[in-house]
Amino acid sequence: MKRLRLALTAILLAPLAGCNMVVLNPSGDVAMQQRDLVLISTGLMLLVILPVMALTVLFAWRYRQSNTQATYDPDWDHSTKLELVIWAVPLLIIIALGAFTWMGTHLLDPYRPIGRVASGKPVAADHSPLEVDVVALDWKWLFILPEYGIATVNELAAPVDRPLRFRITSSSVMNSFYIPALAGQIYAMPGMETKLHAVINEPGDFVGFSAQYSGHGFSKMRFRFHGLDQAGFDQWVNEVKQADGMLDRATYLKLEQPSEGDPVRHFSGVDPELFDAVVNMCPEPGKMCMGEMMAIDAKGGLGLEGIRNTLPLTYDKYARRGSVLGPEPRMVAGICSRAEAIASADRKDPPLRDASTPLIGHGLPRPFADPPSTAMTLSSATPLDLDAL
Amino acid sequence: MSAVTHGVADPVRFHLAEEPHHPDGGSTMLGFWIYLMSDCLIFAILFASYGVIGGNYAAGPAPKDLFELPLVAVNTSFLLLSSITYGFAMLEMARNRQGATLAWLAVTGLFGLGFLSIELYEFAHLIAEGATPQRSGFLSAFFTLVGTHGLHVTFGTIWLVTLMVQVSRHGLIEANRRRLMCLSMFWHFLDVIWIGVFTFVYLLGVLR
Amino acid sequence: MTEPSIPISPIFGRLTLAALPLHEPILVVTFIAVALGGAAVVGALTYFRLWGYLWREWFTSVDHKKIGIMYMVLGLVMLLRGFSDALMMRLQQAIAFGGSDGYLPAHHYDQVFTAHGVIMIFFVAMPFVTGLMNYVVPLQIGARDVSFPFLNNFSFWMTTAGAIIVMMSLFIGEFAQTGWLAFPPLSGLGASPYVGVDYYIWALQVAGVGTTLSGINLVCTIIKMRAPGMSLMKMPVFTWTSLCTNILIVASFPVLTAVLALLGLDRYVGTNFFTNDFGGNPMMYVNLIWIWGHPEVYILILPLFGVFSEVTATFSGKKLFGYTSMVYATVVITILSYLVWLHHFFTMGSGASVNSFFGITTMIISIPTGAKIFNWLFTMYRGRIRFELPMMWTVAFMLTFVIGGMTGVLLAVPPADFVLHNSLFLIAHFHNVIIGGVLFGLFAAIAYWWPKAFGFKLDPFWGHVSFWCWVVGFWFAFAPLYVLGLMGVTRRMRVFDDPSLQIWFVIAAFGAVLIACGIAAFLIQIAVSILRRDSLRDETGDPWGGRTLEWATSSPPPDYNFAFTPVIHDNDAWADMKKRGYERPLTGFRPIHMPANTGTGVILSGLSIGLAFGLIWYIWWLAGLSFLGILAVSIAHTFNYHRDFHIPADEVSRTEAERTARLAAGVPA
Repeated sequence: MKRLRLALTAILLAPLAGCNMVVLNPSGDVAMQQRDLVLISTGLMLLVILPVMALTVLFAWRYRQSNTQATYDPDWDHSTKLELVIWAVPLLIIIALGAFTWMGTHLLDPYRPIGRVASGKPVAADHSPLEVDVVALDWKWLFILPEYGIATVNELAAPVDRPLRFRITSSSVMNSFYIPALAGQIYAMPGMETKLHAVINEPGDFVGFSAQYSGHGFSKMRFRFHGLDQAGFDQWVNEVKQADGMLDRATYLKLEQPSEGDPVRHFSGVDPELFDAVVNMCPEPGKMCMGEMMAIDAKGGLGLEGIRNTLPLTYDKYARRGSVLGPEPRMVAGICSRAEAIASADRKDPPLRDASTPLIGHGLPRPFADPPSTAMTLSSATPLDLDAL
Repeated sequence: MSAVTHGVADPVRFHLAEEPHHPDGGSTMLGFWIYLMSDCLIFAILFASYGVIGGNYAAGPAPKDLFELPLVAVNTSFLLLSSITYGFAMLEMARNRQGATLAWLAVTGLFGLGFLSIELYEFAHLIAEGATPQRSGFLSAFFTLVGTHGLHVTFGTIWLVTLMVQVSRHGLIEANRRRLMCLSMFWHFLDVIWIGVFTFVYLLGVLR
Repeated sequence: MTEPSIPISPIFGRLTLAALPLHEPILVVTFIAVALGGAAVVGALTYFRLWGYLWREWFTSVDHKKIGIMYMVLGLVMLLRGFSDALMMRLQQAIAFGGSDGYLPAHHYDQVFTAHGVIMIFFVAMPFVTGLMNYVVPLQIGARDVSFPFLNNFSFWMTTAGAIIVMMSLFIGEFAQTGWLAFPPLSGLGASPYVGVDYYIWALQVAGVGTTLSGINLVCTIIKMRAPGMSLMKMPVFTWTSLCTNILIVASFPVLTAVLALLGLDRYVGTNFFTNDFGGNPMMYVNLIWIWGHPEVYILILPLFGVFSEVTATFSGKKLFGYTSMVYATVVITILSYLVWLHHFFTMGSGASVNSFFGITTMIISIPTGAKIFNWLFTMYRGRIRFELPMMWTVAFMLTFVIGGMTGVLLAVPPADFVLHNSLFLIAHFHNVIIGGVLFGLFAAIAYWWPKAFGFKLDPFWGHVSFWCWVVGFWFAFAPLYVLGLMGVTRRMRVFDDPSLQIWFVIAAFGAVLIACGIAAFLIQIAVSILRRDSLRDETGDPWGGRTLEWATSSPPPDYNFAFTPVIHDNDAWADMKKRGYERPLTGFRPIHMPANTGTGVILSGLSIGLAFGLIWYIWWLAGLSFLGILAVSIAHTFNYHRDFHIPADEVSRTEAERTARLAAGVPA
């Protein structure tokens, strides 16, 4: 029991001992508030845990068999008052904790833009958060800063006290984006976009990593996160801009291949539509984007004509086989590109496809390969609002 | 000898002098019922999966493009009728008429086979059209839900044949009656599941 | 790892010589050791001509007591395997610093942590818990056996078959490298094309059949087979918690079966349930598997809550405090366990309201759990506590479990979970409740009911050694993980950069070694007790001054458990009988109706292994034949109408007379 208490004290006092407990001593306001909630909850629970532990030890000692002095009451097995207390005390604590939970969960919802950069420092009304697009690749991190048109691998910097808005996705499997000094984690999932709002308050060099096991290279899927003052940040951006190399789709598809322990890489330019394509899982040429597919599905699909609108999957990061009892892996072919869709929506001439012209996947022109005039669009009776996707 | 006097009067018995007559297999009905509920949970998961990804056509065909309600209606009536004929078999069993019981069981089995044939025809037709389980989340969920039900009917039919052999060999003895009751519950359970499939998958699918 | 496409041969499927892990020295040495050990055991059994005995008296037995003991043996064997995995992980993490890659490559390490989780939950904790319930419940309710004795034997062998399939993966091919819940897309065909995940799926499917059927069986047993007079509110608490556990099993394992079947379809047929493309949804898998996974946690802990209740009352020499609220607490936990699954993935981004809902329901579970702790506490209050081994484990549990409970509630606060999710803090938390709750409870239960099962007590000295090694080792092994979690270290890491972490991992490894000593001491304790069984002998059948019905019969109990069906008047039935001067009947025995043994369970389980192996390696002929075999054997089994026999009254008289003689010789008073 002594050991137990020692261990408990160790947990609670270790930060004082100078051990680097980043979760209890973070550098970002969001993580700081989460830390506070950890401490408040622990304290609240100790209100009942400590007495229970003390009573356990006390009763175990006092009512030991050899102590014949202690009262022995073998038939005492019920006391309504006591029962009320033992149900009520945990209940009260849970009510208090539940209130904290409800408030904390809403205030610290990662999807909610932050209202302050630090305690007592609300964000300016006209502020614009720094947007960072994050892609978890096998097994490295890609960061795109659309505001500056730059991209980096395994390195990220942010100016202190400027709100950050992360949009997070993954290329193949589930990961979790976590910079313990900055804010709590959120999953990075393929075909999904999660969001995280945070701010870094202290300059410094922090680590970030995936907190969700994602395969062989997982252990080395780590990156540096620099908190910099504005000047330092500008300098960092300039440094990245000096690098040569443009992150277009072809480069991305190479980058996306599995690799472990990648060095830091900088890209001076980036395809502005790349992140959306990654979220929609269509950086490969000719593949239908998720958003488009979902919009089509919401309108009831493409009917029997759409059945064979698939192509063999020639490109795949895993060189995957098909399932043993099923066909070779395929993908749904894109019907048209976003630009083409917008262009055709402006045109007044009748749509090329109607019910009488069956749509056959292999015969379709490939996106990016044909001029807009030959692009297939859906019937104008059900226009697709692609911008809204 | 088993009574011990406690206090003054009141003899308290602490055991039964005779073996209590536990009817053989007294728990079977309850056990089988619990099994059915656990099976029901599997179907619940398949329905839930269908509910979640049943609208993901992957830019392919939707239910209204694929399902042929007249065929499904025939199919459904086969299964419903098989439940009724099974009921007749149970009534005959209650009257202790072995021959009639077997005859109604045979009719039930034929309806079951008819149901399965139509379902296989439907599946073959869909696959030939290209609407394979691999084509979209919707089709995966559809084939799995309906296919799992079909698999249950298949096993039910095998069981039915087994029971018919056993009844013809040993007659309507207690053990066989119990088994027929279990299969009866199983068969009606599959009927209930099918009503869910028919409503939730086929009717709503075509209306959607 | 990207595997090149392997051609599928019609005879061997994708099984080739390359599947044997000859390049992994650790596995080769393990294999040699297992092969030699196995050969020694087989040789000894043959030499002593024990095969016939084992087959007749154990393997084909439908006696719930023997099946219970076989479950415990299975759990113990698998504990050794699962714990070796734990030691390997601790060693790897203690040395893989400063550019060192440790001694395990990723391909091996990732299998080790996956196998550790799978084995410890499915093939250690589950068999232990099921075995315990199998052994004790029919005795506690005054029944002769479970409702479906054959099904019980079959369930055991299916669980064993699952364990064998997992063990095969050690030497033929590989196990999953996905973590113990195998989340897609990582467990999908794209990222895990080889046999690992298939082994995972089929091992769990085969074992899952056993678990579900055993759940149905025990629910029926408790509902239908109670002795006259035992109304629901007169059932012993362990029976109550067993009832709730088995209801949870029946209501949750089908979910696992279904979700693994869907994953299997994705992998075998190419459907799109959990794929990224074609409208699949991996998040659906995560939700579904946790809908099973959270009740599973309570499946493991609830029976042990029952054990602690029995032990505390017995060794405090008192009635259990607050029986009624104990029962209600158990039922409330059972129901609430279905309303909390999302707390395993707050970080998926479900939104604040959903997260708070699941966070708060999780916290609410701690109220009945807390009430239980208080009930044990007040059972000790004004008792006369005898600190025999079971009671020592119980006090250690109470002190350890509350910490685990506290960190659990902490993790249920979503914003706190955002910083601690998937960290070593989480690992420390669930080991704190599973070791501190389930394992401590199992050791308490084994020490408590061992004399009932074998007629002699366990040796206390080695029991104390094991106890202290376990308890101290536990804190050494897991307190550092709490600290590391707060230092932002995540789970399942193979190598580390930050050298300041190393000391904590070394301490944790030391703790693991202490636990290893605890396990060794436990095994020695069993061996020593068997050797010294004559001096540890208990003839009374009631060595602890027990309170429930199982202590009314002899130790070990006769095949038929009770010569006469008992009649119950109080929830501490045996204490009540003793108090009111019950006298054991000596005459008037009747023939007793009992179920007959059958080998069908063994055969079906063997065929299931064949089916699983064929499916894992794409050996279609093997899978097909095994499947037809299963069908044929099952049908043939139903043609057997003679599944019972009567123990003649003479034999009952003889057995009871022997006991009378032993009682007279052993008890002076």
